Amino acid sequence: MAGQVLLIEDEANIAEAIRFLLTRDGCQVEVIGDGLTALQRLRGDLPDLVILDLMLPGASGLDILASLRADPRGQGLPVLMLTAKGQERDRDAAERAGVSAFMAKPFANADMRAKVRQLMGQG
Amino acid sequence: MPFDILVLSCFVYVIFLFAIAFFGERRAQLGGMGFLRSPTVYTLSLSIYCTAWTFYGAVGYGARSGIEFMTIYLGPTLVFVGWWWILRKLVRIGRQQRVTSIADLISSRYGKSNGLGVLVTLIAVVAATPYIALQLQSVTLSFAVFSSDQPEGWATPIRASTALWVAGGLAVFTILFGTRRLDAKEQHHGIVIAIAVEAVVKLVALVAVGSFVVWGLAGGPGAVIDRIEAVNLQGWQLQPGRWVGLIALSAAAVICLPRMFQVLVVENVDERHLARASWAFPLYLFAMCLFILPIAMVGLEQMPADTNPDMMVLTLPLAHGQGALAMLAFLGGFSSATSMVIVETVALATMLSNHVIMPLWLHLRPEATRSADLRGGILLARRLSIIGVLGLGLAYYRLSGGSAALAAMGLIAFAGMAQVLPALLGGIFWRGASRVGAILGLLTGFATWGWTLFLPSFGQDAVIPAQVFALGPFGLSWLRPEALFGTAAMDPLIHSIFWSLALNTAAFFAGSILSFPDPVERIQGAAFVNAFDAEAQGGRLGWTHGQAEPEALLNLAQRILGEEALTFFETEARAQGKEGYLPDMTPAFLTELERRLAGSLGAATAHAMISQLFGRATVTVEDLMAVASEAAQIAEYSARLESNQTELTRTARQLREVNEKLTQLSVQKDAFLSQISHELRTPMTSIRAFSEILTEGDLPAPQVADYGRIIHEEAKRLTRLLDDLLDLSVLENGAVQLNLGLAHLGELLDRAAAVASQTRPDRAFRIERDVTTEEIYLRTDADRLVQVFINLISNARKYCEANPGVLRIAIRHRAGRVTVDFIDNGRGIPKEKQALIFEKFARLTDQTKAGGAGLGLAICREIMANLGGTVAYLPGQRGAAFRVTLPLRLERSAA
Repeated sequence: MAGQVLLIEDEANIAEAIRFLLTRDGCQVEVIGDGLTALQRLRGDLPDLVILDLMLPGASGLDILASLRADPRGQGLPVLMLTAKGQERDRDAAERAGVSAFMAKPFANADMRAKVRQLMGQG
Repeated sequence: MPFDILVLSCFVYVIFLFAIAFFGERRAQLGGMGFLRSPTVYTLSLSIYCTAWTFYGAVGYGARSGIEFMTIYLGPTLVFVGWWWILRKLVRIGRQQRVTSIADLISSRYGKSNGLGVLVTLIAVVAATPYIALQLQSVTLSFAVFSSDQPEGWATPIRASTALWVAGGLAVFTILFGTRRLDAKEQHHGIVIAIAVEAVVKLVALVAVGSFVVWGLAGGPGAVIDRIEAVNLQGWQLQPGRWVGLIALSAAAVICLPRMFQVLVVENVDERHLARASWAFPLYLFAMCLFILPIAMVGLEQMPADTNPDMMVLTLPLAHGQGALAMLAFLGGFSSATSMVIVETVALATMLSNHVIMPLWLHLRPEATRSADLRGGILLARRLSIIGVLGLGLAYYRLSGGSAALAAMGLIAFAGMAQVLPALLGGIFWRGASRVGAILGLLTGFATWGWTLFLPSFGQDAVIPAQVFALGPFGLSWLRPEALFGTAAMDPLIHSIFWSLALNTAAFFAGSILSFPDPVERIQGAAFVNAFDAEAQGGRLGWTHGQAEPEALLNLAQRILGEEALTFFETEARAQGKEGYLPDMTPAFLTELERRLAGSLGAATAHAMISQLFGRATVTVEDLMAVASEAAQIAEYSARLESNQTELTRTARQLREVNEKLTQLSVQKDAFLSQISHELRTPMTSIRAFSEILTEGDLPAPQVADYGRIIHEEAKRLTRLLDDLLDLSVLENGAVQLNLGLAHLGELLDRAAAVASQTRPDRAFRIERDVTTEEIYLRTDADRLVQVFINLISNARKYCEANPGVLRIAIRHRAGRVTVDFIDNGRGIPKEKQALIFEKFARLTDQTKAGGAGLGLAICREIMANLGGTVAYLPGQRGAAFRVTLPLRLERSAA
């Protein structure tokens, strides 16, 4: 599995775990730790997949998703949303904002890898 | 005709009435109201206006004073035809406010004042007693007429025992059908249907006697008119003053008399029935008075001079051998008397028990209010009142000797009850009418009536000495009972009506203008005066939103309504399509439930009780007024509570604040749970991911060590969070065990500084202290206090951006309290965030790496509360500044 993954996650340890898993599967993983930097980054070249934490400093995951979907280039981009709150309300909001898939923390590594593979295949 | 047959038919008739009443009551209970609800029954029940006085006495009146008797019928006719809108307003208010009697209406209108209720009840009882005596007298007299052919005659002792038997029988009937159950609406369908039947009997009887007289004795209507012109009667000249006065008096009476109010307002099941009554009742009155004058004329002409004109309805047919007709007439008179006494007694008993007996009982035995079932007590009070009222009537009859002319006694009662009119009309048409005005007016009018009419009615020297009649009390001639202010030329009755109502109205207006109504009075005043607008807005105090537990409501309703509550809930559930379950708490359902409770508890208590269970999102001023008015009533009973307007306003504000706070807390609780979830899941995510990676086991050694360290770190973070949460929970619940002891403040700060130095140990940071001020021995829980200090110092080490960071610790000791200030040299905390920092998870920076989960200051706040002190942000310093305040000596009781 090859492809570029942009991982937007402020918890460094979680970001490291995902980076390790996806790199081992052959992806190129770029990690960004806060929302504002992520917004800026997404104005440049788009990756093949965005993994997005819901709660971020600077700008929330929902904000980033909305701005991405507002960009004509970003409308078909697969976005995997992560959240540690596990609330229905968050899931609904993310789905309305046009998220491709949703994953609750903590997750099983195999699930994360399978989900990424599935989304990359689509993209 | 044999006397025994008379007594027998009397019994049969009474049993017939019992059967009718029982039948009506059963139909009403089974829900089949049908014809019971018809406007015809309502109109017929109004005919209790025509009592034995009208039946027998009007003929006597006509014989004595000619067509003046018509005034008694013209007054009500005027009211029903010309002023039906007054009646409609009364009926509307009666339904909206669940009014149980005229005393209740007045009391409710003027701020739910029980004092006024007692006053009106008193007036009603005093005014009605002669009236009830009059009915007993007429029944006794009519028996006497029939027994005059008995060989042994009609001895006085037998008369007395007749009155006793009649009163006893009426008491049994009234108790049976007036107090069968405690109806929420105070309606008595059995009684209403019985008096409707009696109304027909008396009309048929009078018309039959009249027809017999006109066509049988006088030879046709033309001949009667000739006779009326031929017979020279006394008092035929019209006295305009007397006419106006009597018409006004009877117009007032038809509204104010307790029994009229009972059938007109309380027993009314449908406001629209008034439309039929407004023409049909005057028609009934017309039919009733059509034959009065012919009977009187022919009676005067044909009967011996010593015949009592009050009994001509009976004596004329008897003298002509018409036994059956006389019997019918007797039953008509009997109907008139009994229906009046029954309804009057029910009305007075309701007033007595609601306004006098129950308040007294609750005052003497306050614990009774908490008893599971008050209904037994209320019913007992009603029954005792019924016996009391009839006993009073009987006593009056015995004392007055049954001598006074029937019409005179009726007019005295009319004039007494008319004193309620100014307060009544003022109350429903003038918002400015106040309790003080009502009380002053009633007292003035009642006193004037008593002095100028009621007491003199016993005769000179009976109560008031003849000398006072002639010269006035204490020689004050302007206070002579029958010539107030020197108006000697007036007719005594008109004199009394004029002065009592004039002084009454004047006092009412003066009192209302000079006094200031309290809030409950104003609310009630608006509700009464704007009764029709209130309806258009959807009724008063409707339930609009919010949630309540159906089980709790059912529980409450069962305690007060008994079996009826369950039936009501079931019916409602069925209507909502939820058969077998509890109904949804829709606004309509709650409003109806409150109305039902109000019938037993009073509107204000019912509203407050539902509010309690209901937890409305907003508290309206009306709600508070309702609660306050209830409190005011309790105050009258127990003289314990006093409420005034400022207090109400303050309570209103406090309630609103508490409400806002509660709403906020609920939002915070949700946010807190979501935060906890986030704080727990985040470390768990790292731990799970890396432990899975390590389990796969094909990593180079340095990476294994690295990832192992991360797992360890996150596990520690998780433990810390759980410790903090447990700590906070214990502190918040006040379940914390304090280890009180003496501790040196300087040493505590040393310990805290040492522990805190492990937070970001590599940074440049200095603490400035003045050890001389630290020579203080505190009695407190040292470990807990150190925990607070560690938190504050660590926070400064974590968040103070200055380099090097400097934290100044300043101590002050004054009046048994110690303050410890922690002030750093950073940028401080922005003003808008200062209120937030002590809340849970209120981390201001986004750097999770700062360590804690954002519970530190929340824990500090709880610890300080447990230590009898506070920790607060100290604004106005250059850097971030916190002030810890605590007592020098914490006593165990404070913990």
